[in-house]
Amino acid sequence: MGILDIKDVGKRFGGLQALSNVNLSVHENTVHAIIGPNGAGKSTLLNCLIGKLIPDTGSVMFAGESVLGRSAHEINQMGISRVFQTPEIFGDLTVMENMMIPIFAKRDGAFELAAIKSFMSQKDIVEKAEEMLVDMNMADKRHMHAAAMSRGDKRRLEIGMCLSQEPRLLLLDEPTAGMARADTNNTIDLLKQIKAERDITIAIIEHDMHVVFSLADRITVLAQGTPLVEDTPEKIKGHPKVKEAYLGEAH
Amino acid sequence: MDAIILQILNGLDKGSAYALIALGLTLIFGTLGVVNFAHGALFMIGAFCAVTLQRILNISYITIDDTQKDFLGNPLKVESPYVKAWFGEDFGAALIDWSVPLAIILSIPVMLLVGYIMERGLIKHFYKRPHADQILVTFGLAIVLQEVVKYFYGANPIQTPAPGAFTGSFDFGVLLGFDPNVIIYPYWRLVYFAFSAVIIAAVFAFLQFTTFGMVVRAGMADRETVGLLGINIDKRFTAMFGLAAAVAGMAGVMYTPILSPNYHMGMDFLVLSFVVVVVGGMGSLPGAVLSGFLLGILQSFASMNEIKALLPGIDQVIIYLVAIIILLTRPRGLMGRKGVMED
Amino acid sequence: MFGLEKQDSRLLIVVAILTMCAPFILNPFPAESALAQFNAGYPDLMQRFVIFGIFAIGFNILFGLTGYLSFGHAAFLGIGSYSAVWMFKLLSYNVVPALILSVITAGLFAVVIGYISLRRSGIYFSILTLAFAQMSYNMAYSVLTPLTNGETGLQVYSNDPQYLKGDGPDVTHLFGFEMRAASELNIGGWTFDFSIGYYLSALIMLASFYLAIRIFRSPFGLMLRAIKANQTRLNYTGISTRPYTLAAFVISGMYAGLAGGLLACMDPLAGAERMQWTASGEVVLMTILGGVGTLLGPILGAGFIKYAENIFSKINENVLHSWFSFLPDGLESAVVWFFARFVGEGWHMTLGLMFMLIVIFLPGGLIEGGQRIGRLFKGKSASNNPPAE
Repeated sequence: MGILDIKDVGKRFGGLQALSNVNLSVHENTVHAIIGPNGAGKSTLLNCLIGKLIPDTGSVMFAGESVLGRSAHEINQMGISRVFQTPEIFGDLTVMENMMIPIFAKRDGAFELAAIKSFMSQKDIVEKAEEMLVDMNMADKRHMHAAAMSRGDKRRLEIGMCLSQEPRLLLLDEPTAGMARADTNNTIDLLKQIKAERDITIAIIEHDMHVVFSLADRITVLAQGTPLVEDTPEKIKGHPKVKEAYLGEAH
Repeated sequence: MDAIILQILNGLDKGSAYALIALGLTLIFGTLGVVNFAHGALFMIGAFCAVTLQRILNISYITIDDTQKDFLGNPLKVESPYVKAWFGEDFGAALIDWSVPLAIILSIPVMLLVGYIMERGLIKHFYKRPHADQILVTFGLAIVLQEVVKYFYGANPIQTPAPGAFTGSFDFGVLLGFDPNVIIYPYWRLVYFAFSAVIIAAVFAFLQFTTFGMVVRAGMADRETVGLLGINIDKRFTAMFGLAAAVAGMAGVMYTPILSPNYHMGMDFLVLSFVVVVVGGMGSLPGAVLSGFLLGILQSFASMNEIKALLPGIDQVIIYLVAIIILLTRPRGLMGRKGVMED
Repeated sequence: MFGLEKQDSRLLIVVAILTMCAPFILNPFPAESALAQFNAGYPDLMQRFVIFGIFAIGFNILFGLTGYLSFGHAAFLGIGSYSAVWMFKLLSYNVVPALILSVITAGLFAVVIGYISLRRSGIYFSILTLAFAQMSYNMAYSVLTPLTNGETGLQVYSNDPQYLKGDGPDVTHLFGFEMRAASELNIGGWTFDFSIGYYLSALIMLASFYLAIRIFRSPFGLMLRAIKANQTRLNYTGISTRPYTLAAFVISGMYAGLAGGLLACMDPLAGAERMQWTASGEVVLMTILGGVGTLLGPILGAGFIKYAENIFSKINENVLHSWFSFLPDGLESAVVWFFARFVGEGWHMTLGLMFMLIVIFLPGGLIEGGQRIGRLFKGKSASNNPPAE
């Protein structure tokens, strides 16, 4: 039993079987990558994990509870934080404010009118946000408008915002898609650093094999909507089925 | 049964006006992505084209007729319109009589010009601005246009009669086998309905069968892709705006015998037309037409005395009520497409 | 002060001083001089400044923070006025129960309308609120005539019960202090009016302003701004956005109800035209003109619009002729003709133009304009500063 258990998940869109018999478990304190060529069903699987889609068959359990049919904020409150393909941050707000919001959400829950709380000091929140900014190497940017930052910095901020909630599972959706080489390397380094410094469970959904080999403890290769193999990166590298799946696809 | 048919007929002319305005709004919204609160003003300008033509045709010179005396015993001043002098008594009189339909000829170039100026001068700069900004700037423009018209034509409604040939009523009931005088329908309303049906059909045919229309439809579906194909979509969008303005203008011209035009008629129709567009589904042309007629007919049913006795005041709120219910149960409207205005 | 940051306290104090001294500040010209028509220091107008200030402050909590553009807020203004007049009719002319009821009813209506409208966003939300407001407006004229007195407007008649009146005054009052009571101060050629009605409205406006600052600076306000910035991210941060937007909608509805109630307290009359959608448009303009999402903007915008409305509609062709009499005759009539289009009856034209010009050239409103001018003077060094709130 892992922290995230996907069992017998299948999903059909009209005549297309997007997912079938997907079984996989993400174990605590590991980095688990789900890779596969275009059209392998990665996005569909992701959408099933975050409540956007309800699979036709099977179950998705997080820490013993089903995530199916839940709204985004409920899934987050269960302990899953999500990083998007294109960084989703609060562009109009300052970096500091961006960092404070997830901490408030962690403390106060999904809705808090805070009539009385708002008259009290928010010192603990501010301190925690400051700390996180220092960890992310962004302390000097705290008064900047988040929208004005480079893409790499936005990604860094987004990951920081997710980490500040101390999630039980960090979900990364193609974290380096569309990034310049330098930004990609920075992001990989950041993720490596996070993995080294924190006890955290990470699930990465990725198209690019090279990104995950340096990070993942385990890799699941998805092809045509079903898991092909699951193993350690070393073993995956030379696996004939994987080669076939990737080479069979005309790039 | 006869009452139901009568109400359906009564709803048709209002529904036609809603459908024509909503069609233009949807064209503009679907192609340009602009929420145009000044569209009602275009309808109003069209109506005042009819008023203008009527006034032009009635420009008269004054002669003194010695054979007739007024009650003070002075020679009577006779006003005779120039058109009668130029084109002969009969033809001149016919011109004046037919001023409303003739105003369509005047309104088309006027509306195209107004549309062109509006789009190039103002709307163009708001393609990339938030919808809130578009609403506000066009709202301001609507006020300005309305005030300009008020200055030139005054605040009171102006009578613009339909041609004499259409002033009577048509006994529709007899045709369907009911007793005479049960279903009476003014000829002009019938003309209005037929006219709008023609315009709607023409717009759809234009979009369906011409290359121009094809590009526009493609643009409505996916603006960026069409832009990438190297097609100069902007020029076509300007033309589209002109077309929408002309449709609204013609709708206004023909509506004048039904409702004497006043300067705030545009605003009155605009709010309802927006509701019509939303009910039909933002960005759906058939939806706009369908819901235009639907709401027009519903409104006319709600103003039946029997129904008002049952639900007092329902005629005042029916459209809004329907809009609220539809938006809550079918968020995209009757025929709305996925992905339009969902942010 | 009162738990505010230094910068905000300063703002509050400045606003407080300005409103308290408004009878002096707004009457800069001696009563007999030709420029006296530009004075704005008489109670009726000053009351409108602060009351519409409250309306705009509340509207800004919704539109400025969450970005949800409501086109039907005038409905709450009207509901507030009707409730207040009903309190006058049933209880007494005391304004306290009237104001309390107007806030409560407006709040209740806002809960219902907001709950339904907020299920959609963007343009759909605007149209839904517009539909609700138009519905209320139409109903006030038709079915609800027993409650609203239709076109005549709701007012207090001598045969109304007024159960708590006793031998209290026959005009609106606050525990005996009559709203219309004013004392006049004459210094030199200047006349200054101090009315109880104005000072009550001004104090309520200051309280509303203080509350708005607290909301802006609270975690609640931060969440509202986050809704405007990125709703997707906020949802995936574990925040349920709908209760937040609903709370903001209800709060701003209550502000509008309070403003409507105050209008009725100053003049115990309520008519449906207060709920018309052009009135909703006006509060949008006030907020935008001042500066959306800024603290001070809405108050400035409300004052500016109400002042302009007052001045522009007062000026007529005779006044224009006296101004431009120095020009040669032909030119004078041309100039007078031109300006006459924008004054008096033409005030709406000016309003429409202002709407357009502000949205086109100054989307940030007067506050942003002021900052731009400020930056011009300070030079480029200031441009790197963090954006001002």
